Amino acid sequence: MAQYLVLIYENEESWANVDEATYGRIHAEHNDFGKKHGASLRGGNALEPSMTATSIRKNASGEPVTTDGPFAETKEAIGGYYVIEADDLDAALAIAQEVPAKFGGVEVRPIRVMD
Amino acid sequence: MAATIRITHDFDVAEECVQDAFARALASWGEQGIPENPGAWLTTVARRRAIDVGRRRDVAVRAQRFLVLDDAAVGLEILESDLQDDRLRLIFTCCHPSLAIETRVALALRMLCGLSTTEVAKAFLVKESAMAARLTRAKKKIALARIPYRVPVRTELRGRTDAVLLVIHLLFTTGHTSPVGENLSEANLVERALDLARMLHGLLPEDAEATSLLALILLTDSRRSARVGAEGEFLALADQDRSKWHRDSIDEGLALVGQSIRRGRPGRFTLMAAIAAVHSSASHWDETDWAEIVGLYDLLLEAWPSPVVALNRAVAVSFAQGPLAGLAAIDELSSDPPLSTYPYLSAARGDCLVRLERFPEAREAFEEAAMLTENGVERDFLRLRISQLN
Repeated sequence: MAQYLVLIYENEESWANVDEATYGRIHAEHNDFGKKHGASLRGGNALEPSMTATSIRKNASGEPVTTDGPFAETKEAIGGYYVIEADDLDAALAIAQEVPAKFGGVEVRPIRVMD
Repeated sequence: MAATIRITHDFDVAEECVQDAFARALASWGEQGIPENPGAWLTTVARRRAIDVGRRRDVAVRAQRFLVLDDAAVGLEILESDLQDDRLRLIFTCCHPSLAIETRVALALRMLCGLSTTEVAKAFLVKESAMAARLTRAKKKIALARIPYRVPVRTELRGRTDAVLLVIHLLFTTGHTSPVGENLSEANLVERALDLARMLHGLLPEDAEATSLLALILLTDSRRSARVGAEGEFLALADQDRSKWHRDSIDEGLALVGQSIRRGRPGRFTLMAAIAAVHSSASHWDETDWAEIVGLYDLLLEAWPSPVVALNRAVAVSFAQGPLAGLAAIDELSSDPPLSTYPYLSAARGDCLVRLERFPEAREAFEEAAMLTENGVERDFLRLRISQLN
């Protein structure tokens, strides 16, 4: 069986405007998802918003330079992830399309197998 | 798959073997080129792998697993239906939605039918190097993301057919006109396209577009015996002996168009089939209802804003409204990048200019077309037209 990383990309501004009730609903959706596909899940977490991120790059001299914010500035930010186990891409997509991602979508990336 | 399951009686192992076979196919075909019969090769490799896997298991279990293993497996006799299934699986895999649409079409043309990268590039009006890079990336994605080798389940089937229709259509047009090489058409590709179109129509009898694709191929192919003259020269629609058109293909095609037209808002294949039907219904070139054809092209351009469609429409305009109107419509298109090296555009200009009796300009246009085409028969046809201007 192969593993896939499902990255949840969402518009953070939309998240900022969410009320308690909606937040509760989304939380419940993730719980339901976890119960339904439990057998296929190998991990998963929500992330703190991208403003809490710190990025590290090496400068010309090879020294690490720390900067505030996510690595790449994109319209949607990574808000969470799941690691799923599936036989093939179709099986992975069938699960991934049920991941709650109200303000964006998901990316499904195969995890490299190292021997 | 069916063949492999018969050997292993174990769906998991069978699936694994077929996936493996497919991954190997992708790897080796890149190096060694497409085998004569990709479907049979896949089934063969899958069977061999299943036998290998089986051998490594418990003896007692193995005895059970090889229940149906008879001469057929050793002689690797491939049933016709297996080949058909393999072809369909292969085309749906190549047309997986996780691949960009241009990639799906290119991959299926290359993998399913063994078109060269050059031929695929021509069908797309792009450079060969770009197409080669695209195909390499696609094969890598299929292997690494593990796109499965199977026909989609019923619920996904409708959504997955659009890309397949495009593939089959391009397959047919490449075979029908064959831009590279000396012969005007590649009968093998045409047969495969027709096979696949019938298969798809059988799978989705309610789908108007699938019905129309089959109709389009039948109607266009019905002219195959009239398209090439006695000396192997290319004959335009205007010059074809319509008594040589195959009536049974036309009858079948017209009936299918009738069916699909009744199914609501027409998609691109329904419109193209309708255009072909107008031609097929005319017993003579002079009786062609060009106004009807221009109207259908207007609708087609809305559904499919392609420069090639626009060119075809311009040619129809030249017959419906006269060569001056046609020339104007064609000239509007000649600045379009994909069309600037498209031989048919220059040829169409040449044709309008001849009808306007502007012979020096016509010669220039035909010479340009002759230079751009890589098809020997078409080149000869253009040279003939040039010599007729003298």
